[in-house]
This record gives sequence, structure tokens and C-alpha cells, in this order.
Amino acid sequence: MRKLALNDEILLKIEKPARYIGGEVNSVMKDPKQVKVRFAMCFPDVYEIGMSHLGIQILYDLFNRYDDVWCERVYSPWVDLDGIMRKEKIPLFALESQDPVRDFDFLGITLQYEMCYTNILQVLDLSGIPLLAKDRTDREPIVIGGGPCTYNPEPIADFFDLFYIGEGETAYRQLMDVYLETKAAGEGREAFLLRAAREVPGIYVPSLYEVRYGEDGTIASFLPVKEGVPKTVRKEIVMDLDSVPYPQKPVVPYVKATQDRVVLEIQRGCIRGCRFCQAGQIYRPVREKGLETLKRYAVEMLKNTGYEEISLSSLSSSDYSHLEELVEFLMETCREQKVNISLPSLRIDAFSLDVMGKVQDVKKSSLTFAPEAGSQRLRNVINKGLTREDILHGAGLAFEGGWSRVKLYFMLGLPTETEEDIRGIAELSNDIAALYYETVPKEQRTGPVQIVSSTSFFIPKPFTPFQWAKMCTKEEFLEKAALTKRSIREQLNQKRIKYNWHEADVSVLEGVFARGDRRVAEVILKAYQKGCLYDAWGEYFKNDLWLETFEQCGVEIGFYTTRQRKEDEIFPWDFLDCGVNKSFLWREWERAQRGEVTPNCRAQCQGCGAARFKGGVCLEARKEHEE
Amino acid sequence: MRIRVKFAKYGALRFIGHLDVMRFFQKALRRAQIDVAYTGGFSPHQIMTFSAPLGLGMSSFGEYMDVEIHSHQGKEDFLNRLRAVCPEGIEILDAKALPAGTQNAMAGVAAASWEIGFSDPHKSFEKLKENLPGFLAQEEIFVTKEGKKGPRQVDIRPGIHECAIREGKLCILADAGSSGNIRPEEVTERFLSFCKEAMPDHPSAFTVLRRETWENAGTPEAPKFQPLDAMGEDF
Ligand code: SF4
Repeated sequence: MRKLALNDEILLKIEKPARYIGGEVNSVMKDPKQVKVRFAMCFPDVYEIGMSHLGIQILYDLFNRYDDVWCERVYSPWVDLDGIMRKEKIPLFALESQDPVRDFDFLGITLQYEMCYTNILQVLDLSGIPLLAKDRTDREPIVIGGGPCTYNPEPIADFFDLFYIGEGETAYRQLMDVYLETKAAGEGREAFLLRAAREVPGIYVPSLYEVRYGEDGTIASFLPVKEGVPKTVRKEIVMDLDSVPYPQKPVVPYVKATQDRVVLEIQRGCIRGCRFCQAGQIYRPVREKGLETLKRYAVEMLKNTGYEEISLSSLSSSDYSHLEELVEFLMETCREQKVNISLPSLRIDAFSLDVMGKVQDVKKSSLTFAPEAGSQRLRNVINKGLTREDILHGAGLAFEGGWSRVKLYFMLGLPTETEEDIRGIAELSNDIAALYYETVPKEQRTGPVQIVSSTSFFIPKPFTPFQWAKMCTKEEFLEKAALTKRSIREQLNQKRIKYNWHEADVSVLEGVFARGDRRVAEVILKAYQKGCLYDAWGEYFKNDLWLETFEQCGVEIGFYTTRQRKEDEIFPWDFLDCGVNKSFLWREWERAQRGEVTPNCRAQCQGCGAARFKGGVCLEARKEHEE
Repeated sequence: MRIRVKFAKYGALRFIGHLDVMRFFQKALRRAQIDVAYTGGFSPHQIMTFSAPLGLGMSSFGEYMDVEIHSHQGKEDFLNRLRAVCPEGIEILDAKALPAGTQNAMAGVAAASWEIGFSDPHKSFEKLKENLPGFLAQEEIFVTKEGKKGPRQVDIRPGIHECAIREGKLCILADAGSSGNIRPEEVTERFLSFCKEAMPDHPSAFTVLRRETWENAGTPEAPKFQPLDAMGEDF
């Protein structure tokens, strides 16, 4: 029987001990003596969140297909166990073997959101791995970062030995082979890192680059310090998604995870090009999976997991070319097997309403629109191709179909935003409520219409046309939220509209991390040492401690958030190549300021640069031009 | 038809709670591709019932689950399918078809037998043994139970049917289920206090194993306990 790292006394004392016992259905056990590489894959947040993440399941499955590699999982211990582990000096362990992470060859940490940065330090700390890469010896694992936040890894560069930029399926094997070679040759960490940077595509080793700053605090130069280390690191990308493995036996947790269902990834990337959206740029070009592949996966995965629900995953499912056939197939299969279908990120139109009417209880479900901005003018600025007519038309159809609950998502603080745009949020919410009463005759109403309008604060992200934009201050954000609230209260149907808004403090901090440079690392380190942890969890976010730490370190928040950047500024992330050219992003930034809409990839290629990968929608579009 | 599945839960899986066990079996039955009956509506549910929940950290060799199925290919096939999809720590012990009209696994529970082990080899085990007859000779054994109207004193003596020391373990057969649930820790605590021994202050100082869950085939006055699947038949 597996021996657990935590004793019964501890397990009975903490919340949800099942988070730490491993042994879940489809988790992989190997004989440690039979493998050459021990890989600990970590999501630096609590188990239920981390277990819901598709990316880890993909790499876990991929790595464990290699006979000489054993990949295991690690998550952030919750605050209760965190305290016990520190007090009793229990080293952080991987779930499968329950062995200390410190003894592994690699610790891979996926970086999905900026607010997990202190949790990275927690994982390193509890593992007994020096927090700063420069303090590590050949005895500790190589610490790798991956995931969307690596598109600006600079604020956390000091904590990582290397970053893997882009999609994991392509270069990890090569990276491990280089590791095994250097190890066999009796060479240590430094030799491995140098070879990885030189030979393996997509690898960024922060210690091999030197950053110099100019008098105004911006970057003057960002250059490799050793010969053969690339000046720019290009992201890794899979061009044929049907040719790479997909986890058909994902690990099924005992405790209810946030994502408690089969997740079927149907495509990567997005054709839309919304100007605030980082995912829409860094995953370019759009690549679809084949219909037959997806059908096979769906059947296999339901059989192997026993989940009672399946969900499609993509940035914009409505743009998947074979959506109708796929959904029809799923509806058929799911009806037989009594499986629920969930269809997030579908555009509301006749087709999707028809499907949703069949797969969910209309009375209990709500419709979701993400206009992101309140006025057409501002929606043009952000290139959100959703018009007022689209929304009202979709809502009208839905009301006729029996829906009466609508959720609306907006952003506050977008570039060029005026009070009028903000009032537009209230007006649009009101118009939808009014439409309900116009559309649905009294005797058919099942209850009052419910509109829930939520706003988040806009945070400019790297590799978007808004990477040059100034972000609002906390005070500006709060004023905007107050104005939204006031305007909603002035509406005729205000009683039918519920308004939610976000915390502003945490948005400001996220803004710093998103576009920060290496000088921010010191703040993160010190804040962690003072007790900041689980910053993504409102109840644990300690804003005062953060502000105090920025002050102490002499790092000015406004430099990273509210400063308008110049066209030729060297950004901390400029050494990365995500396929999309900076000149394209600048062009989009200028068009945004003129309120000009840019067509999507399928309608007309914009020459963003991603065609260099020679595949996906870029080739699709070209074919059409030739015909 | 209704099948009553008997299973064990031990090892690391002692730390998954009752709701998670239920969720586990919902998925396991699907993985095993057993022809389970579902309720109607937009989100159909498997028709299943579990016997008395087991406390976190405890092991058991006497857990039961009822599940309604449409068809099967015999008991062996049923067991093989289910066993093939269960991880270490959940062991399918048996399956029986229930005659029509049998009470469900939850309602049928009348008693449970427990084995309490002490992790630090008890210094005065002989003393415990000596005290047992005296403990059981008491007419009343009161414990404090938290109720809706605040704490109240409850006499658990009538609900204790057996208490013995075997192979270094305290073995208890006591009422369980809706008729009057007696927790093994309660009996242990009362017994130790009778022996003038302190109850270990952390729950991991002793191990609790549920050996069997029983139904009452007799009357409340003259109980005749039999395992919860005794009336089931092979299929
Ligand atoms: S090159 Fe053209 S088609 Fe390809 S991603 Fe860029 S804009 Fe879209």
C-alpha cells in the first residue's frame, strides 16, 4: 500500500485531506527505480483549482507516455496545511509517490494568472528549494515555468531556472534528453541550462540575459550574455493538433474540482482579435482539431472517466468549423449515456439557442453575453465585433425560447472610455430588460426578467494592441464603478438589474505584474516573506502589505500601470516572439484610437505575422484567395 | 432490479468523505458500463442509496450501496466490471440482488460492529479487560449529544449489544442508523473513563474499523442482527 507523506493526525486535522492523498482514478504510478527522470508538475493554487486545468493533464499524459519519465502532480497546500508543514518541517511532496519534490529532477510550474506569484514561492519554500534560481545547486530540481504568464516572465524571472515558451507538446522531450546527456556527462545545472538555451527551441533561461535600463527607467537593452544563446525566443506551437497526444484518461479527482467534467479541447487560438485579449494574440493562428478525432476523444474520455458532463473548450467555440456536426454527435451520444453537455463561449444565435434549449433546463439557466463595452463606439475601439443589434436580437430569440435570465460582462477603464460609454452599460442592460416585456406576453412570463451586469477592470496585457495603453488608477476605477452603479439605478427597469463589480486593489497589482520587469521580483519576494499568499483569494489578499513592500523596495506602481508607453519603448517581453509582430500590434493600437474595426482572420487576413508558422487559419485564408 | 453492493474502504481512501464516495461510485458505475437506471429530467441521476456514512479516517469492511439496474450479465460479470474500475482502497466484496420490497440500504441499517485499535500499545490492556464486565453491568451509560435544543444527556447502554476485547482491539456492536446512532468514539470514551483512563486527545491515536453493518430481522425488543445483504440473492 502507498505510504502517505502526512500522518493520520495531520490528515484528520486539516480541511479536505483528500487533496493530499493522490491515488485518484487514472493517476499514474511507476517504479521510481525504472525511470530516469522524475518530473513534478505543479499548479500553484489549491487542488480543486489546479486539478481543473487542462494544460497539466495534457503534459501529465504526454510525459507519462515516456517509459523513462515519471510525471507526478503537486498543488499549493491550503493555508491550514501550509502552517503545519512549516511548523513540523514536512517537505512538500508529489501526490503520486508522496516523495519530496526536492528530490525530483524537474519542478514544472504552470503560470495561469499573475495573482498566483506568491504561491510559486510557497511551493519552492515548502519544497526546501532556494527561492532564487541563482542560489540553487546541482542537488535541487530544475525549476521550469510554463503557461500564459510566461509571455512576460520578467517579474518572476529570478525564481526560475528556465521558462518554456509556448505549447508543451513539442520540445519537452528534447529538453529532457539534453538533461539526461548533461547528467550522464557529469555536468551540472549551469551546463544544462546553457545547452538548453542554445539547443532547445522555446527555452528562455533568464540568467543568460542581461537587462540594462535607461535614465527614464525603461529598458535600454536586453541581451544574451553568452554566445549561441538566442536574442529572441520564439514560442513553440503545434501545427497539427490531431497528431499530438490528448489525455484520453485524465485523472479524476475524488473531491469535487471546479471543472468536474470531461473537457474536450476543440481548437487553439481565436480568429477574432479583440484588442484587449492576450489569448487572442499569443495562441495565433487558429488551429482546429478534426471532427472525427474529437468524436473519438469524447467517447473514450467519457468511458475512461465516468464523468456525467462534457464541456467544449476553446476561446470561441462558435468559430469551430464543424460545430454543428460535433454538437449533434455529442447530443446523440450524451442522450444515450445520460451525460450533460455544457457549451461555454457560444455566440447567442438561433443555432446555439436551439442546442441549449435541448441540453439544459431553460428556466434554470441563464444566457451570457460579453459585450465588454457599453457603447458601439467603444466596442469598435476594442474590436469586439458584437453589435447592439446582435445582442438585442439574440436576447429576443432567447426570451421567446423561454429564457428570462441574462448575464452581461463588461470592462471598465478601457482606452478612450468616456462617461457616455459607461452609461451605455446601464442603458444596454435596461434595453434588454425592456425587450423582455415587449417580447414575452404577460401570460407567458414565468417570472420577472433578471439581468446581472458585471464589470471587471481593464488591465493592459503584453502582446496585445493595448500593451502601450495607460491603465487607470484605483481611484479612477472606483469612480467608474460608482458611475456605472448610479447610471443603472437611474434606469426604468433598474429593479431588474443586478450590478457586480470587482475589487480594484487586486487589479492594480495584476497590472504591475502583467507588464512588470525584473525589478518587480524583489517586491514579490519580500511580500511573500511578509506573509502574502493566495492573493487570488479575496480573503487572503493583503493589499496594505503589498503597498508597504512596493514603498520599501522603491518600486513605483505607476511606472508599470498608469504610464503611457512610447511606440519604440523596449518592453520586458520584447525578446519573445509569439508570432505576432510588434508592428501589427502598433497598427492595431492606432486603429483602436481611431475606432476602426479590423476584420477577423477568416474574413480577411491582416498579415499579423503568425503565418510564419505555416498552418491553421493562415493557410485556410490563403487558399480562399487563390480560388 | 436492485443490486446491493458490499464494499470495503481503507488505506488512503479513508480520507475521502461520504459525498465523495457517492460521487466516486456514480463515475465508477459509468466506467464499468453497468446498465444503471436513471431518473428522468434534464439532469438524470443514477438511482442509488448508501448505508450509514463512515467518518473520515475510519476504515470499513462493511459498506453497502444499492443501485437500480436495467440488465446484467450475471454476478461474476458485474463484480469483474466494477472491480476493474476501482482504485486501491475501495474493494468490491460482494453483490446481491434484492428481493422486491426490501428496505433500502440506508433505511435498513440497525446496527454496526466496530473494532477500535489503539496506536500506542496500551500499557494496561489487562486492566481494560478486567473492567469490561463492570462496564457492561452498568444499567445506564450517559453521553452528551448535541441536539437542536442544545446538549442533552442520552443513555446509550440499551443500544450497546456487545462489547469485547479481542486481539488487542475493543470490539463493539451497537445501534446505528436512524433508530439511534451510537458513535464508536462515544463508547470508547465512556469505557476508557470507566477504566479511569484518559481518552487520547487526538482522533488518530486510535483506529476505527467498521467490520459490518447489520439489519434487524427480529424485533426491537429481541433483535436478530444479520448482515445488510443477508436477504439478497446471487444473480
Ligand atoms: S497571419 Fe492572417 S490569418 Fe494568420 S493569424 Fe495573422 S491575421 Fe490571422
